[in-house]
Amino acid sequence: MSALLLLYRREVSLLWAGGGGPLLACGFALAVTAALPLAIGSEPVRLVPVAAGTTWIVLALASLLSLERLFERDHEDGALDLLALGPPTLEAVFAVKTAAQWTAVGLPLSLAAPVAALSLGLDPALAPLTAGAAALAGLAFAAVGALAAALSLGSKRGGLLVAVIALPLYAPPVIFGAGTVTAAQEGTSPGPALALLAAYALFACALTPFAGGAAIRNAQG
Amino acid sequence: MDIENGSQMIAALHVSDLSISRGERRLFAGLSFAVKAGEAAQLTGANGAGKTSLLRAVAGLLRPDAGEVRFDGAGGPLDAGTARSGGVQMLAHQEGFRPGRTARAELTFQARWFGASAEAVTAAAKRLDLVPLLDLEVRVLSAGQRRRLALASLVAANRPLWLLDEPLAPLDARRRAQAAEIMAEHLNGGGLILAAVHDPLPVAARDIVVGAAA
Amino acid sequence: MFGLANPERFMRFSAPLVGPLWIAAGLLLAAGSWLSLTAPPDYQQGDSVRIMFVHVPAASMGLMAYAALGVSCLFSLVWRHPLADAAARAAAVPGAALTGLALITGAIWGKPMWGVWWTWGDARLVSVLVLFLFYLAWLALRAAIEDESKAARAAAVLGLVGLINLPIVKFSVDWWNTLHQPASLLRADGPSMTAAYLTPLLTMMAAYAVLFAAVWITGVRTEVMGRRLRTLRARRAMEA
Repeated sequence: MSALLLLYRREVSLLWAGGGGPLLACGFALAVTAALPLAIGSEPVRLVPVAAGTTWIVLALASLLSLERLFERDHEDGALDLLALGPPTLEAVFAVKTAAQWTAVGLPLSLAAPVAALSLGLDPALAPLTAGAAALAGLAFAAVGALAAALSLGSKRGGLLVAVIALPLYAPPVIFGAGTVTAAQEGTSPGPALALLAAYALFACALTPFAGGAAIRNAQG
Repeated sequence: MDIENGSQMIAALHVSDLSISRGERRLFAGLSFAVKAGEAAQLTGANGAGKTSLLRAVAGLLRPDAGEVRFDGAGGPLDAGTARSGGVQMLAHQEGFRPGRTARAELTFQARWFGASAEAVTAAAKRLDLVPLLDLEVRVLSAGQRRRLALASLVAANRPLWLLDEPLAPLDARRRAQAAEIMAEHLNGGGLILAAVHDPLPVAARDIVVGAAA
Repeated sequence: MFGLANPERFMRFSAPLVGPLWIAAGLLLAAGSWLSLTAPPDYQQGDSVRIMFVHVPAASMGLMAYAALGVSCLFSLVWRHPLADAAARAAAVPGAALTGLALITGAIWGKPMWGVWWTWGDARLVSVLVLFLFYLAWLALRAAIEDESKAARAAAVLGLVGLINLPIVKFSVDWWNTLHQPASLLRADGPSMTAAYLTPLLTMMAAYAVLFAAVWITGVRTEVMGRRLRTLRARRAMEA
């Protein structure tokens, strides 16, 4: 266990260092949010209805940013081979990297999400719900995104490929996450959507380590 | 410096009838040899003959076309997965240290990942005269210094089977002597060494020729 | 365990099938087209109902082809079957083409029906779009990794993940559709389906299925022969 804790600390510090993790993701999220009113107009009547949806698009895109390097760096410099020889399995290594990605990118983004949504005119009372749903969605984005990153190991143009693989798989968390906030906005219960979002996030966290472990092993062989 | 961890202690490595290809190219076929506790073996052969691939196959990182890699403990055959995750450490061309982190952080992480205690890491760093370098970032270290950092990780973790790929290449004469000492000590403590080399190992080692199985 | 696992045996077994399959596909397509064109126009949609005979089979075969791809990936991954990767590859391109055809004919159908080329209001169409994106992702990954066997295995993992995810995506898109409550527009089933439309539709479905089988088997055979050629060239180069 302590080996995995060490790995987690190393991964978080690597993602945190150099602004690669939270700073880049949140900066990107806010920049894209700022571009929206410039593109469609500043009237609240245009912005309020799309506040929740835009926030989730921004979250999905911002979650992609640092994924490319999640395994690629370790693959290039030989560290992934060392990780494979330690006592923990590659599945556990994958899960820890997912957790680190969530800590360094998903959680900071879940704080940026209500800011983005509020700036587009979301009811301030919904900010905590937006943050919570964004944190859950971030877990799904991290797990599925890490799998896309592991699958893209050894390819040219890894970053683009990660996005092309991950985005279709992001459809359910985007739908359920935006649905949670939209439902609350329209005065209906956000419970069902939130439950579906949580179910998808847990499902992704439970299954992706197996696919991810196979993908890493394949890239090494 | 005896190797603890009796249950996962590797007493012998057996490679039998191993064949490996890269892409459509067959590197070698039907290679068999054994290395026992306290023994070193060196893999020789031309560039591209498959020495590194053989090391990776022993480490379980590469799936051979045919043949078997087996690990024996004191009391009989070991499960290959258990033997590898508890008893094998590899030093490859690239040491796997992240350039932006300090030498201390990376050495500690690597050695502890392989089961070393914090005290063993400190002792190994002292042993290899790395203490003044520990607070530097890995990016400013020379190739030889990085290699010593990797050797320190091997010493600290003290796993039975060392797989070394050109271990001495970046080291100068003085450091080679030091590495020779470390290897001799490892073998005396019941360790095993399998190394891919161009220049012979500085310890008594059996030659295994890897090469074209045309 | 698998009789056809051996590429040699597969080649021998499939050789006599290829010709008849293509002929059957051609005949069925001709019959289906004739039936589709002679069916009476719909009292509401007029002649544009005939697009259904292209659109619906394309969409359902696009989905079936993904199932074929996913199962091939499973075999490739679990049993390291030499033919399975060839089968997955040979299913992907026609599958993507069928799905693309379903999207295009959906748009052509949509124009007279709804007055727009594309609507996000139809859950089925959106699901087909996501399926198309799954195909693109698979093909992109399969092509992006240089080492052939690694590319095959990475793509196999993705194909399997996609297979598990498709029902979830389908469910989430349907759920999303009820949330936004659009009018239900495209109806390929339902009470308006009379025998006059059922016969041409079923014939076209059969035609697409046989056509896909023909393309698939031909594709696997081409793949196997291409590999033999590469091995032969590599051997020549080694001997030279």
